[in-house]
Amino acid sequence: MLLAIKLAYRNLVGAKLRTWLNVFVLSLSFVVIIWQKGILNGWDQQARRDTINWEIGGGQYWQENYDPYDPFALEDSHARLSVATERAVAEGKLTPILISQATMYPEGRIQNILLKGIDPNQKIIELPSWELISENGDIPAMIGKRNAKNNHLKMGDYVTIRWRDANGTFDAVEVRIVHIFKTNVATLDMGVLWIPLKQHQKMTQMDGEATILVTAQETGFDGSMVGWDYKDHYFLLSEIREMIEMKSIGGYVMFVILMSLAMLAIFDTQVLSIFRRQKEIGTHIALGMTQKQVIALFTIEGAAHSVLAAILAGIYGFPILAYQASVGWTMPGSTDDFGMTIAETIYPAYSIGLVFGTTLIVLITTTIVSYFPTRRISKMKPTDAIRGKIQ
Amino acid sequence: MKNTALIHITDLLKTFPMGKREFTALKDINLTFSAGEFAGIVGPSGSGKTTLLNIIGTLDAPTKGDTLVIGHSVGDLNSKDAADLRNKHLGFIFQTYNLLQVYTVFENVELPLLLLKIPSEKRKEMVLQSLEWVGLTDKIKSRPAQLSGGECQRVSIARAMVKSPQIVLADEPTANLDAKNSHNILQTMEKLNRELNTTFIFATHDEKVIQYLHRKISLEDGQVINDETIKG
Repeated sequence: MLLAIKLAYRNLVGAKLRTWLNVFVLSLSFVVIIWQKGILNGWDQQARRDTINWEIGGGQYWQENYDPYDPFALEDSHARLSVATERAVAEGKLTPILISQATMYPEGRIQNILLKGIDPNQKIIELPSWELISENGDIPAMIGKRNAKNNHLKMGDYVTIRWRDANGTFDAVEVRIVHIFKTNVATLDMGVLWIPLKQHQKMTQMDGEATILVTAQETGFDGSMVGWDYKDHYFLLSEIREMIEMKSIGGYVMFVILMSLAMLAIFDTQVLSIFRRQKEIGTHIALGMTQKQVIALFTIEGAAHSVLAAILAGIYGFPILAYQASVGWTMPGSTDDFGMTIAETIYPAYSIGLVFGTTLIVLITTTIVSYFPTRRISKMKPTDAIRGKIQ
Repeated sequence: MKNTALIHITDLLKTFPMGKREFTALKDINLTFSAGEFAGIVGPSGSGKTTLLNIIGTLDAPTKGDTLVIGHSVGDLNSKDAADLRNKHLGFIFQTYNLLQVYTVFENVELPLLLLKIPSEKRKEMVLQSLEWVGLTDKIKSRPAQLSGGECQRVSIARAMVKSPQIVLADEPTANLDAKNSHNILQTMEKLNRELNTTFIFATHDEKVIQYLHRKISLEDGQVINDETIKG
């Protein structure tokens, strides 16, 4: 084996440009695959962190009828908080949010929205609810940047909203936009209008009621409540997980394309080697190499491309990837409208596992791709190989 | 030192499939080669010279008959044992030199010693000695593409001789060389034969080679038609 490694090294070094072209193509695959996976990892981590900090805290209790995908169920998705729950809210372990359907009329247009009431003094999630503290008699409301952009609303604007109260009676009022917040979590922004909880409860005649309860991350409420279902991080982050998985599938397609290109180069080199280097193979055999040794030599030679590629990728890829990880990758402005939890700048997250995993996959694939053409050697007659007869 | 039989060929038959028929390349070959011989298998193209050389060199197996090379029956050797025999006892010189283009002269000559797992220091000593025999010590860092045909063939001889094999098989070694280079090569091989008692067996139809031979075995249509000792 050591002999094969030594000879393979000599062959690779001796082949000069041919070797380095293959190695460069393969090293590009290394860098791009790791970069792409790093971006997805970074996005995943940021999306999870932002969603936890801004929306779901340490987990949520949902009123048993609440189904975020069924707007008609909202009418029945509210319940009064028990005394124990009220105590937990007062202790800062829970914060209630009341959700109802409403219609907004920006510039005379009709826009269906979710009206969400939140305690302006809550400190459980990072949503800037304190902006809803207002003492000038107006009903303060805040919206996200995307919503403001879509409806041409700006701070200080008044907008009419219409809703049904607990008895099904329509009512309408003008609210004043006191704050436009910016968040990476699109579900807090698009089609949502935030108002103070008490105001919302009063408007809908649902005094002391809520639709969901967000628990604090550190000192969360961990009791069970009748009529409320606890939703943990696994459940609440499932959409992000699925979205990242979908993106990962796209990533795998890219991975397969890149790997195929690199492997094609290796395979091509190996196949060409078998035909072009028949004399060399015959000479090796005449000099006393067994066919197994020749196969090992050619396979190692092919596989060594990936080792050299990993080294080369490390030399130029490490600084590039490290720089990218520090400055991040700024997403195009239009991604705001995608409705996904995505930051303006994604900071790729690389792990040791990612780097070694990618290296291992490339190494194994290259070895397999190198091995198959070299199997032809075992079928080659040494006497024909020496003369370089194409078989 | 001479007269020790290294190769015994008895009733050798070699056929190749040719479509539905069989082509007979060698028939009724009975030969013995002793240590230190400088012999040539001579004949026109297609007479079976290279086939016979390949069988002696364990690169091919006889269809029938027995070929004993240094006590090993070629027909009974598996590929590993055949490789082992070639590795330890046989040297090859090819018409087209068959040097590895990406290796330097030194690395080309060193290759058989690597296969024999000879330690680095000893290897270096042996390579330099071998290159000295063929007068190429000043070209150790050159690559084959930088050498003339004659120089390439001398590297090939150095590679064949570096492990001091008992038998060197040379298939048309001068076919690609001009007269001057051919004589140089042949003189070098004759000198090595004389000094190291290495058995040289040539396959050739080149008159320049024939005039150096000590023994000439003439083949025609796969059969030995003449076996004569020229120099004694």
